[in-house]
Amino acid sequence: MTIASALYIALAILVLALAGWTIFARDDYAAIVGFVTYGLLLSLVWVSLSALDIALTEVAIGGGVTGVLLLEAGARLRGVPVPTGVERPGIIQRVSAAMLCTLVSLGLALTVWILPEPAPTLAPSVAANLAATEMGNPVGAVLLAYRALDTVLESAVLPLALIGVWSLASDRFWGGRPGFQNRVDREGILVFLAQLLPPFGVLMGIYIVLIGADRPGGKFQGGTILAAMWILTRMAGITDTPPINRRWLRIVLIAGPAVFLAVGLAGFVFPGTFLAYPPGFAKPIILIIEAAMTPSIAVALALLLAGPPERKPNE
Amino acid sequence: MRLILDIFTVVLVSAGAFFFLAGTIGLLRFPDTLTRLHALTKADNLGLGLVVIGLLPRAGGVLYAAKLIGVWLLVLVASSAVSQLIGRAARRGMLQK
Repeated sequence: MTIASALYIALAILVLALAGWTIFARDDYAAIVGFVTYGLLLSLVWVSLSALDIALTEVAIGGGVTGVLLLEAGARLRGVPVPTGVERPGIIQRVSAAMLCTLVSLGLALTVWILPEPAPTLAPSVAANLAATEMGNPVGAVLLAYRALDTVLESAVLPLALIGVWSLASDRFWGGRPGFQNRVDREGILVFLAQLLPPFGVLMGIYIVLIGADRPGGKFQGGTILAAMWILTRMAGITDTPPINRRWLRIVLIAGPAVFLAVGLAGFVFPGTFLAYPPGFAKPIILIIEAAMTPSIAVALALLLAGPPERKPNE
Repeated sequence: MRLILDIFTVVLVSAGAFFFLAGTIGLLRFPDTLTRLHALTKADNLGLGLVVIGLLPRAGGVLYAAKLIGVWLLVLVASSAVSQLIGRAARRGMLQK
């Protein structure tokens, strides 16, 4: 056994152990920290499988954004008094939930197990036709050319999720700014960090979007970094979220999916089907879609984290 | 020359790994938040710094070397800021013991 395979086995055991610990942790905060660490380790697993695109997405969205989302949710729940009587599902409910989850996991494991060897794959035909898309990054080419329908739906999910979060607000708060504005001291280290980091973060986010056509990267990974910079400045009290009834905000949110859908519908006219790109123009069209999607993704993610709109008592 | 660079890499990366190990042991064994932070900064600053310096001769170009140093600097900025935030929260008694 080589040192590398020993390392991979140790990594796999660590990931499994951490997953178990996250499930069995009693304290919600500890479970969230476990989940974030799990995301980081999982991205190492993807790196060791040479799947850099997935590793980037996992670390940005799986570990980063989801982690902050869970932390915010945990912090909100902490202030809420636990309602008596409705808590603690009964033993039958818990056992049946556990059994259902185990069954699903076993089913998935079995499906992987009984896959024919070699597993059915479209990879050779994709690789043979990759040149037609002029994309250097095969993952990006698959996502935006061969599986573009999935990506359209994925991009439409974000605004829908945001509408879902916003609709949790009561009528009085509609049109307010999402999220509490934290009270911060202006001299604090968080303000310093929020002033120092964004220029680098914004540069890196745009770089990762642009490089996505030819190397690992893309709109989701880069958009997440841009969103993180906005969240950082908001946490430090330098910027604030806009009121949710601003027209520019809504235009930015739907611009990306709208451009994507428009390109897809234009495919009916030429060359003939939904989401088909005219021959020879695949790469420029993909770049336009990525550029339009990036601000939508960044704004949607940042506002998802901010939560439903609020109003100060005097507003 | 090749051999000298290899020895340089092995020695510095091992030293970095040692600081990561020491920092992790400190994080697990030290009694309170502030001393644990003290242990953690050794792993972040010295451990990662030594690993980065050790990897510089193998970076395969000035641009890649600059990226490695950039990673280290970003981690320095982030970890020092976060350490201050945690330390302040601990001093104000906002953390669970």
